[in-house]
Amino acid sequence: MDFRLNDEQRMLQDTVARLMREQYTFENRQKFLDSEEGFSRDMWAQYAELGLLGIGLPEQYGGYGSAIELMVVAEQLGRGLILEPYLATVVLGGALIELAGSEAQKEDLLGRLIGGELLLAFAHGEPQSRYSLSEVQTRAEKDGDGWTLSGDKAVVLHGDRADLLIVSARVGGDVRDRDGIGLFLIDPKAEGVRIRGYQTIDGLRAAEISLAGVKVAADAVLGEPGQAYPAIEKAVARGIVALCAEAVGAMEVTNEFTLDYLKTRKQFGVPIGKFQVLQHRMVDMQLELEQARSMAILAAGRLNADDEERERTISAAKHYIGKAGRFIAEQAIQMHGGIGMTWEYAMTHYAKRLVMLDHQLGDTEYHLERFSRLMQGAEEETAA
Amino acid sequence: MELHYSPEEQAFREEVRQFLREKLPPDIAAKVKGNKRLSRDDYVRWHKILGEKGWLAQHWPVEYGGTGWSPIQRHIFDEEAAAAGAPGIIPFGVSMVAPVIIRFGSEEQKRYYLPRILNSEDWWCQGYSEPGAGSDLASLKTRAVREGDYYIVNGQKTWTTLGQYANMMFCLVRTNTEVKPQEGISFLLIDMNSPGVTVRPIITLDGEHEVNEVFLENVKVPVENLVGEENKGWTYAKYLLTYERTGIAGVGIAKQALRHLKYVASKQLKDGRPLIEDPLFRARIAAVEIDLMALELTNLRVVAAAEKGGVPGPESSVLKIKGTEIRQAITDLLRRAVGPYALPFIPEALDADYDDEPVGPDYAAGLAAQYFNRRKITIYGGSNEIQKNIIAKMILGL
Ligand SMILES: Cc1cc2nc3c(=O)[nH]c(=O)nc-3n(C[C@H](O)[C@H](O)[C@H](O)COP(=O)(O)OP(=O)(O)OC[C@H]3O[C@@H](n4cnc5c(N)ncnc54)[C@H](O)[C@@H]3O)c2cc1C
Repeated sequence: MDFRLNDEQRMLQDTVARLMREQYTFENRQKFLDSEEGFSRDMWAQYAELGLLGIGLPEQYGGYGSAIELMVVAEQLGRGLILEPYLATVVLGGALIELAGSEAQKEDLLGRLIGGELLLAFAHGEPQSRYSLSEVQTRAEKDGDGWTLSGDKAVVLHGDRADLLIVSARVGGDVRDRDGIGLFLIDPKAEGVRIRGYQTIDGLRAAEISLAGVKVAADAVLGEPGQAYPAIEKAVARGIVALCAEAVGAMEVTNEFTLDYLKTRKQFGVPIGKFQVLQHRMVDMQLELEQARSMAILAAGRLNADDEERERTISAAKHYIGKAGRFIAEQAIQMHGGIGMTWEYAMTHYAKRLVMLDHQLGDTEYHLERFSRLMQGAEEETAA
Repeated sequence: MELHYSPEEQAFREEVRQFLREKLPPDIAAKVKGNKRLSRDDYVRWHKILGEKGWLAQHWPVEYGGTGWSPIQRHIFDEEAAAAGAPGIIPFGVSMVAPVIIRFGSEEQKRYYLPRILNSEDWWCQGYSEPGAGSDLASLKTRAVREGDYYIVNGQKTWTTLGQYANMMFCLVRTNTEVKPQEGISFLLIDMNSPGVTVRPIITLDGEHEVNEVFLENVKVPVENLVGEENKGWTYAKYLLTYERTGIAGVGIAKQALRHLKYVASKQLKDGRPLIEDPLFRARIAAVEIDLMALELTNLRVVAAAEKGGVPGPESSVLKIKGTEIRQAITDLLRRAVGPYALPFIPEALDADYDDEPVGPDYAAGLAAQYFNRRKITIYGGSNEIQKNIIAKMILGL
């Protein structure tokens, strides 16, 4: 075992860290947040220039690195608390195209994505589906050579900013079957597509998307219709690796803010960090951060393991990160007193992100239940 | 021991229910139940309705217009009012400054201010905290210097809840810098429309405007607005805090929130089944309900013990800690219950006249915002850490 980053990985880390420090100041971030778009196109172009939009994607299309590189980058983006559609476009969108796309689709779409010219969104969740990955009611009916899609997609991350939607729809099977799900590339301006965009409470964008008889040409199908589930699961696993690392970055910053506040805020004539009850709380936050970091590393390290091991680890990591993120967020707010309740203070926005990323790609309960199912050794123990 | 409500208490509950059925304006109740924003006017309207009935000043002495209710009756009222969707009574006037005026104020102050509070003519705000004086309130620096018939006040207050609505502020100011901090504080009543008073909004992390900064620059306050004696303000402030803490457990609010949680969990689906049937989530709700059962009885025990001797002592810290923890746990579960629909942030959707199509189920709007907003309840009114310090010192003698 060796937990050190290699030179290239360290350089990558330094590059993104510097970009965040110099350009993604809190003031700039709030400007991007208040802008029409809700994020910065200029930053996106810089990510492209630095090669960050190809992280984790195959080199032959211009990509670079794998899960560890993704973790390294996402952690720094988490420190910057970025608003750009990195998760939606690069991680989830990129993974789906890589895993399910044809050679021609990869050539075209990954090339444009990595070049910064294509924003993607993965329209998968539905109003009733909660965190289930297989519950898909949206239907795709065969229509000549192509398909016709109808249904509703819910809380699609950056769904109102995408140039292209990757939509899941059922071509066969029951509502919750893993078999029978297909992926379709849909132009958001196509007839029958209605998109209602909004901000999320952690400052990102999302959308409700309804599809009413949307026509999809044969060449806009991603992969074999009906067989998309494994690609979805794997893409979501990659998404979780990125989310965990992002959370670790946000936790670091939240802890730094809190520690600094404990040292500088004075009440009763002393820095509040002199109160032992707050010291222990800060210690607990630091312990949670380290445990979370370990889980983020484990998730990244197992992303390319066999399906079962990957999924078990991914669920363990996401469960832990959700729990730790909420703990750190709540304690940070509490120990800041009134300041921790204010919009103007950067830390509170990190705290919001830490709580809300539990609502993406499965929450602590969902992953606890899933891990329990995948947990090893249960049968053997009972048998023995 | 008698754990049942007496026939008189049950009759009282019926009376409260009937009053709420007849008098609580449905538009206000709909806003409260739908987690929508209330306007200043909504609060004032409700206060006036309670005032007309004689039910606004629940713990004033009867001779000043109080109800003379027992703690059990107050508990019953809280429970029924919350269940019916009545807004909480804004405490600053009726529950905070009034008891101080009644106990320590001059006859003129009583004659002038108390009726105005009962009729909801004044909206009071609390000017205690300052940027440098939060938990350590006694270190406050806002200075009041006597010049003839006036105090000239300079300084800054902060976190002033609903100060944007207020025309009056009760304020702790420093009138003596030579003595121990606690011994140089006075309790002043300040007209917010005086020259030199500036109110600036502080936006909270959920995007709402609920608290303010109040800047005081050479504000002239007539000496007759001093309550009690100069430099005795700390005693009055502490007396007020004991009042602030009655009803602090928030059992009525928590019970209503728990009912709402069960409703939401029964509407939300997980794998095609109501979320409330999910063993994991259901167990989490059950655990909170058990905590709340314990709190309800602890609350009744504490208020009953205080019935003879006035207001609860340090035991109220127990109620503050447990009450706020339980309410936060419920807002946490509400946020989780709606899954991905906790994410949309559409502040306009919390306005009563919002007529756009809701995003997701209508009950989901604002649940995450509410969760973040309720982080405040373990911070204000004496943070939970401070409450534990009080218990350690006053109850345990540590
Ligand atoms: C939404 C909101 C509304 C408010 N409304 C009003 C209002 O209307 N009027 C008004 O006057 N004030 C109001 N307050 C202010 C409130 O009373 C203060 O925020 C509170 O007293 C804490 O002070 P602080 O914010 O300065 O935090 P600090 O006192 O700086 O505390 C920071 C942290 O240190 C902890 N701490 C401090 N001292 C100790 C200790 N000795 N031992 C252990 N831990 C300690 C605290 O518990 C907290 O976690 C409001 C606050 C909020 C958030």
